[in-house]
Order: sequence, then C-alpha cells, then structure tokens
Amino acid sequence: MNVTQQIVNAIWLGGVYSLFALGYALVFSVLGVLNLAHSAVFMWGAFIGLTVVTRFSLPIWLAIPVAMLGAGIIGIILDLVAFAPLRRRNAPRISQLISSIGAAILLVNIAQFAFGTQPQRFPSGTIPNQALEGLPFRITPIQVIILIISLVLMALLQYLVMRTRIGQAMRAVAFNQRVAGLLGINSGGIFQLTFFLAGALAGAAGVLYGLAYNSMTPFMGDGVALKGLTVIVLGGLGNIQGAVVGGFLVAALEVFSIAAGSSNYRDAIVFTLLFLILLFRPQGLVGQKIETRA
Amino acid sequence: MALLEINQLHAGYGAIKALRGITFKVEQAQVVSLIGANGAGKSTTLNTISGLIKPAAGTIRFDGTDITGWRADRITRRQLVQVPEGRQIIATMTVLENLMLGAYHRQDKAGIEQDLERIFERFKRLNERRHQKAGSMSGGEQQMLAVGRALMARPRLLMLDEPSMGLAPLLVTEVFSIIADIKEQGIPILLVEQNARKALQIADYAYVLERGEIVHEGRADQLRADPAIISAYLG
Ligand SMILES: Nc1ncnc2c1ncn2[C@@H]1O[C@H](COP(=O)(O)OP(=O)(O)O)[C@@H](O)[C@H]1O
Ligand SMILES: [Mg+2]
Repeated sequence: MNVTQQIVNAIWLGGVYSLFALGYALVFSVLGVLNLAHSAVFMWGAFIGLTVVTRFSLPIWLAIPVAMLGAGIIGIILDLVAFAPLRRRNAPRISQLISSIGAAILLVNIAQFAFGTQPQRFPSGTIPNQALEGLPFRITPIQVIILIISLVLMALLQYLVMRTRIGQAMRAVAFNQRVAGLLGINSGGIFQLTFFLAGALAGAAGVLYGLAYNSMTPFMGDGVALKGLTVIVLGGLGNIQGAVVGGFLVAALEVFSIAAGSSNYRDAIVFTLLFLILLFRPQGLVGQKIETRA
Repeated sequence: MALLEINQLHAGYGAIKALRGITFKVEQAQVVSLIGANGAGKSTTLNTISGLIKPAAGTIRFDGTDITGWRADRITRRQLVQVPEGRQIIATMTVLENLMLGAYHRQDKAGIEQDLERIFERFKRLNERRHQKAGSMSGGEQQMLAVGRALMARPRLLMLDEPSMGLAPLLVTEVFSIIADIKEQGIPILLVEQNARKALQIADYAYVLERGEIVHEGRADQLRADPAIISAYLG
C-alpha cells in the first residue's frame, strides 16, 4: 500500500466530508435537532451546479456559488416547511427529526422527476483531470481545488461564527433561545440564517463531490449521509471544530480500508465505527464538551 | 401617563394560572419593587412583560405603546430590558462577548464603546476578566456581568429578577449598592426580590404579590412601617 498516496486521498476527500458534516453540526448546535434532509440538499447542490454548467454553459467557478446560493435557499425553505411549524407548536425534537426525513424523501423524489435517475456527469474538460506532474503521489487539479475550497469555506465559517456579531448571536441562540430573546436577538431569523449556511455548505460539498466522482444521481446523498453522521458523532454532535477533524478521520478510515482491499466493506467499516463511538464515547472523540449547546 | 402600565394582566402555564389580573405601574425615574414569597408569580410577571410568556388577558403599555403580545427581542430593542432570574449569562462566551451581546441591537459604535468603558470602570472584576469565559466566574461576578450586559442595552426601564439570590451577604450588599448607582443615574427599575427588607430600603414604591394577585401596595417607607407587612415579609 502506498501510504503517502492514501494520505493525500484522505485529505482531499476529508475536505468534502468535513464541509458536508459542518451543515449537520451547525443546525444541531443552534437548534438542537438533527436535519436528516441535509444529504438531499447536498444532492440538490450538485444538480444545481451541474445545471449551471450544462444548461447555461457557465464556467464551473460560477457553478459553485450558484449551487451554494440555491442550496442555501432550499435550506431556508426546509426550515419554513419542515421545522418552523413544529417549533412554533413546541413539538418534541423527535417529531422534527421525522419531519426532516419526510422532507428528504420529498426532495429526492422531486429530483428524480426533474433530473431522472440515470447517472449524470459534468461535461469532459470542465476541469482538467490529468494528474499534476513532478509529485511523489498522484493528485489531480480538481482534487487540489476541492481541498482549497473546502478549507477556505471552513475558515470563513469559523470566522463568521466566532468573530462576527451575527455569529455571536448564533452562539447566543444556541446557548439559550429565551436568553437570546432577552438580548434583543430574533431567534427565528437566526434559525433561517443557520439553515441557509448549512444548505450553502451542503451545496458546495455537493458540487465538489460531483466533480470528484463525476457521477450524480438523486440518490448520491445516501452514502454521504451515513458518513456525515459518523463525522459529527465522532466530533461531538454540535461541535464545529469536531466536525472538521471528524471529516478527515472518516475519510482516512474509508480510504485506507479501500486500499487494504476491503472496498466492499467500506460502508460497513464506517458503520462499525459509528456504532463503537456511540457505545463507548457518545460525547465524541475530538471535542471536550460541546462548544455551543447548553 | 406612567412609563410602564400593567393592566389586569393574566398569564400562566397551561392550566396553571400564575397571574390573576394584576395591575401596577412604574413611573419615570422610580424604583418599584415587586415582593412576594417563592411561587407568588414575580418571575412570571417579568417574563410576561418581556414577551417570553404570552398573556392570556390584559395589557402592557410601555412609554405609551401597547406592547402586549410582542416578541421578546422586539421588546428588548425598545430598551425594556430584563436581567433574568439565575443571571443567565452565556457561559461559553467571554465576558467581553457577553457585554457586546447586550448591545446587540445598537448601531452607535461610539456610544457602545463609551458604555463598555463605563461598565469596566464600575465593575473592575469584569475588566480583569474580560477575555475569560463567563462560566468560569463566581456567582457574584456573573451577577455583575448580567447587570452590566443589561446596561449595555441602554435600558429605559431595567427589570431585575432576584439579583441577590444565592449570593453571600457581602455580595448582596454590593449588588444593592450597584442598584443604588443605577437609580442614581436616573434609570427606572422594576426590582423583584425575596429579600423584602433590602428591596424596601431602595424602592420608592412597592407591590406585594401573593398567589398571582397584588395584595398590598404603597410607598416603600410606609410598607416598611406596616405591621402586616413586617410580620409577613420582614419578620
Ligand atoms: N415553566 C413553568 N411551568 C409550569 N408552572 C410554572 C412554570 N414556572 C412557574 N410556574 C408556576 O407559576 C407560579 C408562579 O411562579 P413564578 O412566577 O416563578 O414565581 P416567583 O418568581 O414569584 O417565585 C408557581 O406556582 C410556579 O410553580
Ligand atoms: Mg422567581
């Protein structure tokens, strides 16, 4: 096994997983609910990006912001339709979880109707895919770009949450919605912002993932959903830094199990990891206590 | 017209009727105290005024505007500010971040800086700890922070829910001296306290709440001398 090569693979793939999982972590930390429609938003992001490139013949660097915007808006709609009405009725968290499963099914069905079920690809030449030369391992420009974009978006998110006024409001709402209200913060607006950001991250991850594997179907979110959930359990549910670290760990686990010849079992291995963490370290491997959740 | 006018306010929690038609008011530059035993409905009163609990009936007028049923954040943006029971500072954020959140709705950068300096001047402990996590501070320091944070909102009426609760006697004295300072600045205060003795010393006017109803009211100095009040609340 070429270890250097596997580490390189794990790093760029980890970027996508972290980006994707951050959306789960963000919604969980602010609202305390798991949004199981997140992977469907991811898939929609990929298809929005694809549509921008194929239907409108726009360059890929435009596809990513458009997909982020589109998926962000889907995130807001998701909140308005699947979460906000339940929140207003003080419905238990479990019913919000189930509502998000319903929304996921609906989003996948609409995508099947709109885009069909055949795998679709970005036109060849969207991004050059011959490996960079002169390196001791194989890496393509797209993989480099994926890693850079993931890291930049993660840094921006970290900055937004930790350093800006609106980020502080998000953390206040995450800590306690009533107290946030007493501070003059409109939680409803913060919830929508959170869903927008989570959607935008999923959208970016969707396009990047679509570019990396160049095969998109309405069901492409299923496999990623499992990995994303493992990532956030690993990182400690609402923990943003934990989600980043967890993304790279899960990618490494996957990449190395494929390299070790057990590619048929890669999902089973991730599942086993999920099971073991839930059993032995339900607070997550990475973080101390959850940063934002009270 | 008084600054805050509560008229026939009813509120509760499902079947529990915690407030049964209370009427009272706070005038400009006044300290009004709401005293009463545990469970009398004091916190419910403040939380209903703050918009955290929707009233079943009655009206709340602040500075001439009917704010009944408004959302909490909107009421705070009107500078009707509450320091809730149990302080409720944001433990995971620093002292400075907590204070800045108090000014969340304000746009006047210069004024915010000024108020921040003034608060650090008044609360030296907060200044020393400005970059520490708020949750790592003692109960007394957290209470200072909660009051400081509310002052950052430039309250036109400050509501304090049992600010001396759970504090050692020395700190209780400190908290009441802070309240006296705030009164000195001319900020009207609605003070909820179980420590009726201290509350009646600082207040201009007071109401006594029992099981969701106001059973006595009067000038604080008169209530302090009232035998019925003495035996029930100051004994
Ligand atoms: N969240 C709640 N759910 C149900 N009942 C409550 C709740 N909060 C307070 N109560 C009840 O409402 C009444 C008034 O409580 P409260 O306003 O907290 O009193 P006080 O602040 O004077 O101690 C009490 O009987 C209390 O048990
Ligand atoms: Mg109380």
